[in-house]
Amino acid sequence: MKMKGAQILIELLKQEGVEVVFGYPGGAVIDIYDVLFETPEIQHVLVRHEQGAAHAADGYARSTGKVGVCMATSGPGATNLVTGLATAYMDSVPVVAITGQVGTPLIGKDSFQEADITGITMPITKHNFLVTRVEDLATVVREAFYIASTGRPGPVVIDIPKDVQQKMTEFVLPEKIRIPGYKPTYRGHVKQIALAASAIMNARRPLLYVGGGVVSSGASPHLVELAEKADIPVVHTLMGKGAFPESHRLSLGMLGMHGTYWANKAVMSCDLLIAVGARFDDRVTGRIDSFAPHAEIIHIDIDPAEIGKNVKADIPIVGDARMVLAELVKRIESKTNPEWWQEIEGFRNAYRPVYKAGEGKLMPNYVIQVIYEKTHGENTILVTDVGQHQMWAAQVYRCEKPRTWISSGGLGTMGYGLPASIGAQIGNPDKRVVLVSGDGSIFMKIQELVTAVNYCLPIKIFVMNNSYLGMVRQWQGCLYKGRYSCTRLKNPDLVTLARAFGAEGLAVEREEDLESTIEKALSVKDKPVLVDCRVAEEENVLPFVPPGKSLDEMILG
Amino acid sequence: MQHIISVLVENKPRVLARVASLFARRGYNIESLAVGPTQDPAISRITLVVNGNEDILEQITKQLYKLIEVIKVGDFTNTSYVDRELALIKVNAPATVRGEVAQIAEIFRARIVDIEEKSLTVEVTGTPDKIDALEQLLRKYGIIEMTRTGRIALARGSKSL
Repeated sequence: MKMKGAQILIELLKQEGVEVVFGYPGGAVIDIYDVLFETPEIQHVLVRHEQGAAHAADGYARSTGKVGVCMATSGPGATNLVTGLATAYMDSVPVVAITGQVGTPLIGKDSFQEADITGITMPITKHNFLVTRVEDLATVVREAFYIASTGRPGPVVIDIPKDVQQKMTEFVLPEKIRIPGYKPTYRGHVKQIALAASAIMNARRPLLYVGGGVVSSGASPHLVELAEKADIPVVHTLMGKGAFPESHRLSLGMLGMHGTYWANKAVMSCDLLIAVGARFDDRVTGRIDSFAPHAEIIHIDIDPAEIGKNVKADIPIVGDARMVLAELVKRIESKTNPEWWQEIEGFRNAYRPVYKAGEGKLMPNYVIQVIYEKTHGENTILVTDVGQHQMWAAQVYRCEKPRTWISSGGLGTMGYGLPASIGAQIGNPDKRVVLVSGDGSIFMKIQELVTAVNYCLPIKIFVMNNSYLGMVRQWQGCLYKGRYSCTRLKNPDLVTLARAFGAEGLAVEREEDLESTIEKALSVKDKPVLVDCRVAEEENVLPFVPPGKSLDEMILG
Repeated sequence: MQHIISVLVENKPRVLARVASLFARRGYNIESLAVGPTQDPAISRITLVVNGNEDILEQITKQLYKLIEVIKVGDFTNTSYVDRELALIKVNAPATVRGEVAQIAEIFRARIVDIEEKSLTVEVTGTPDKIDALEQLLRKYGIIEMTRTGRIALARGSKSL
C-alpha cells in the first residue's frame, strides 16, 4: 500500500506500542500532526515549550520503563529539545525525539527555521538520524526505538524533512533489524562472575554500590537476594534511589557529596566494593584517588566504556545488571559479616541528623519528612527538581521500589521536575505524583503548569521556597566567604500565580500548619496543586563533602 | 606513546563527524586521520594516529565502539603492520639545481609529477620518517607548498581486522 511519510511514521509508532507523544506543533511537522489528528490510538500531550516535551517523555520513560516519545518542529522547536535530550542522555533514559526539518532542497541553505539538529545533538544522544529518503523512514524508526531501548538506554533523534513526510512510497514493514556495529553484551563473562563470587566470599567488609543501571535493568529483586545472602550493606547513588528498598536493614542510604555519614564512612572502610550499574561520578566519589582506598573493586556495567573510565576495576564484568546479579547470586554461599556490621553500627552512632523544626521557622528537611510521612507508599512517585530541595528529598524521602524516584542526576537540570511529573502522571494515571521543587527550579519551566491544568493532572507540587538559589548560595557561603552574588531570588506570590494558571495554590509558613496544608493538598483530585512552603532561608544541605575532598572529609554542621 | 588505530565504519553520512566529534569532546588529540572506502562499498576505513597511554587508548577504543556505526576498532601497536603516508612537495628548482633536486627525489624513490621552469613537484610515499627526511633535504631549495595525507596502515600477513 502506498503511504505518505507522515503516515508511515505514525504507523510505525503504533507498531512500537507508543501510546502517548509529548509535543508542540510547528511548520515542519504539520504533516505529522495532520495524521495524528485521525489517530485516536496515540494520545498527544500538548506542552507549552518543547523542552517540557522532552522532559515529559523522559519522566514518562523513567516511571514506566517504556520508551518516551517527544516531537517538535524544525529550528527553534528542535533546539528547545536539546536540554531535555542531554538530561536523558546523562541519565541513560530511553527517549525517541521526532523533529521536523526543512525540506531536503532547503537543507544547508540557512532556510527559515533550519537548524542542523543531528549535528547539534550528536554528543548528547545515543544516536541520531536524518532521513533523506522516504523509503528509509520505516527502517529508521524501527532502529531508533531499538537503539533507544536496548543496551545502555539513551535518547535517539529522528530528523524528518518536510518533503520526506509528504512523499508517497510503498509501505513495507521493515524486516529484522541489522545494525552491524551495535551488539550490546547482556550476559556477563562466566569466569569474571566466578571471580566476583569468590571475592565476595573472601571479603570481610564488602559493600554494594548501586546506581541507575539497577533500576533500568530491573535488577532489584536479584540485588536484594544478593545483599541478603551475603549480608552485604548497600549504598546507592542519586540515580539508584529505589533500586534497593531504603527501609531495608541492609541499606545505608545514599553515598557521595550529600550522602549519609555512615554510607561514606563505609565506602572509605570497605575491602570490597561491588559497583552495579553505577559510573563513579565525581559527585559520588569526591577526590577520586582517595575513594574506597582499601577496596578491591568489582564493576558491573552494560557499557564497557564505563569500566576503567574513572577508577580502575579489579574485576570488570560487562553485562546487564539483572542477568549478571542473577548469575552471581547462584555462585555464592550464605554468609554473615558481623564484625563489619559492628563497625557500621559505630558509624551510625557517631552522627545522627535530626530533622526537627527550628524556632518558629519551617525547616526544609522537616517539611520533606512530613511530606514523606503523608505520601510514601507503593502508589507514590516522587519527582524532584535540582538543587538543595533535591538533596533534602534524596536524604529524607525513602524509596522502596524502582521507578518511584525521578530526578535529573547527571546533568542536574533545573526545571526538569514539573514536566517530568507531567510525563510520570500521564504514564501512571492511578498513581500519586509528588513533585518536590525549589523556588529557583520551578520558575525555569513554570509554563508547564498550564499543561498540568489542561490535562487535569493532580500533581502535588511542593516548592521549598527560601528566596534563594539555595545550592549556589550554600557554596557561596561555605566556599566563597559568604559573598552571595546574584543568588537572591525575588519571587512573585506563588499562590496567586498557581491560581492564575488554574491550579490550586496553597502556602505554609508555620510548622503547626504543615500537616493540615499537606493534607489539604493531597485532597485535590482534579487539578495540580502548588504548595508554597516558605522555609528557613539559609539552611544548608548537610553532610557536605566539598568538591575535591575525600568522602571522609564531610562537613557535618 | 603513538598508536595507529584502524576503524571500520558503516559508509554513512556524518560518520566521520561522529568520530571527530568524539575525539574533540573527550579531549583526545588526533595526530593524523585518513578515511576512504574498503573493498566493501558499505564499509569505510578510518585510520587514526593518536597519542596516549594504555588507559587513554582503552577509553578511545571503547568510546569508538559506542558509536552505533562503528563496526570494528583495531590498534596496530605491538603488532606487525605496514604503514604509509603520501606527500606532494612543490619545491623551487631553477635549472641550476634541478638536477640535484631530481637526484634527491630518486634516492627517496619519489616521483616528479609536475615540472615547470622554476619549480617541480615531487610525490613521495613511505613512512612518516622517510617523508620527514625528504622534506628536510628539500627545505634548503625552498619549499613553495606541500601537503601530506594522514597515515594509512594494514596488518602484515593474511589476517584482516
